[in-house]
Amino acid sequence: MSTSVLYDVPGPKAILRNRVLAVATIVVVAAIIGFLGYRFALSGQFSPTKWGLFTYATVWSQIFAALGKTLAAFGLAAILSLVAGFALAIGRLSDHAWVRVPTTAVTELFRAVPVLVMMMLLYYGLPSVGMRMDPYWAVVIALVVYNGSVLAEALRAGIESLPRGQKEAGYAIGLRKSGVMRLILLPQAVRVMLPVIIAQLVVTMKDTALGFIITYPELLYLAKQLSSNAQFQQPILQSAFVIGGIYIVMCLILSGIARLLEQRLHRNPRAHGGRGDDAANTGPAPVEPGDPRLHPEGTVTEVISVQGRE
Amino acid sequence: MDVIFGNLDLWGTAIKNTLIVFAGGGAIALILGIVVGAMRVSPVPIARGVGTAYVNIIRNTPLTLVFFFFVLGYPALGLPRLSSLVLGIIAIGIYTATYVAEVLRAGINTVPVGQAEAARAIGLPFGQVMSLVVLPQAFRSVVPPMMSVFIALLKNTTIAAGFSVSELAALRATINDSGDRPGSPMEVLLCVALVFVVLVLLLSALQHRLEKKWRIVR
Repeated sequence: MSTSVLYDVPGPKAILRNRVLAVATIVVVAAIIGFLGYRFALSGQFSPTKWGLFTYATVWSQIFAALGKTLAAFGLAAILSLVAGFALAIGRLSDHAWVRVPTTAVTELFRAVPVLVMMMLLYYGLPSVGMRMDPYWAVVIALVVYNGSVLAEALRAGIESLPRGQKEAGYAIGLRKSGVMRLILLPQAVRVMLPVIIAQLVVTMKDTALGFIITYPELLYLAKQLSSNAQFQQPILQSAFVIGGIYIVMCLILSGIARLLEQRLHRNPRAHGGRGDDAANTGPAPVEPGDPRLHPEGTVTEVISVQGRE
Repeated sequence: MDVIFGNLDLWGTAIKNTLIVFAGGGAIALILGIVVGAMRVSPVPIARGVGTAYVNIIRNTPLTLVFFFFVLGYPALGLPRLSSLVLGIIAIGIYTATYVAEVLRAGINTVPVGQAEAARAIGLPFGQVMSLVVLPQAFRSVVPPMMSVFIALLKNTTIAAGFSVSELAALRATINDSGDRPGSPMEVLLCVALVFVVLVLLLSALQHRLEKKWRIVR
């Protein structure tokens, strides 16, 4: 049990107290669920008409179309923000001030602007300077700009958490800067930061739901449309439950992949792919939340890494 | 500049509402987060299970959908009427509480078990083990990531704009709809972005200071 720092092995009194607490928890949770269920029943949320909407094949084909839109935005945004993340991370670690300073400013700036404001700037703002942007591109670009900057920070923290000897050894065997980065530092940083990277992808997936505010016809947008259907007595909560379930399943799948990858990398340090082999052998222990290596800079990544590991 | 000085009243309300959502959501998140965090590290398996279920379900739901549930779904239940501002605060609080709980749990887990064992070995009772040895260390490692959670909370307040809460991100629509107000959507949104950059940088500066002050040397 991970909690031994807080509690002793329970004695007879503590065991009794724990039982009381267990019963109290059950009572409280049952009371909340019971109350909600009662309100649901009272306001007719269980009525077959309201759920009936989801028995139609056309509705489900609409849902799948919207799911496709969500995944289309997520897929492109995920790939592009990984690319942007690598580029910005390398830019921030550059030896040349004229590359490093602007890149740092850009990442700091883009991390501070809320994604939704960025989307609105692209969708509502650009027309006032004479440009029109498709909602799809507004969603994708906003997600890439934001998540790219966050991933850049994560990768940079990963690279800086590596022992200095790694880089020095690389130079000692005659590699150039690009070689040290490509063959030694990046493969290890990616391994260390993998949980953070995937957790950030889960965030990206969730943030595609912001698209509904700028009229991108994704899942949540459809949920809003379905919920205003008067013929089925406006099934607001019903649509929210169905669509919410889909989001939760998608995010859990993504987190599951993260856990699998992580276990695999743990079990077999060579499993990291061809070129990384030499570097992978000396890979450092994965960064645990609260690891002092993370402390100087990477607090944002720390939170994300916390959310990534259970 | 007209975009700001021509609409000073609107900016005032918007900034006020953003800060209300931030403070209210933060308070709910903190209280609920501490409860859930305590449940997740408690010795009672049922409580741990409930805490885990809560965190996993809410954290994998987009915040926009949580808003949808509360702001649009709640009125359908026929309970006492609440303004969308209040419902928005509850939604963002319930969502952020999961992150607070996780940060707390991680913070407690960073304290090595040896610390508690050593404290017990020199004869400290449970209360002193907690108050003198374990919790001070957990608190120190929790503060910086907790600030990150609050920075995220601040940025998330913008989502309330999609649910008829007139905060900063909703300004564009308000100014646009009222016709004779000065300022194009671009100008309004750039100013909104600037306000957020300033607020976030302030919080980050605070975060860095606290981090320096409370770093644990191990």
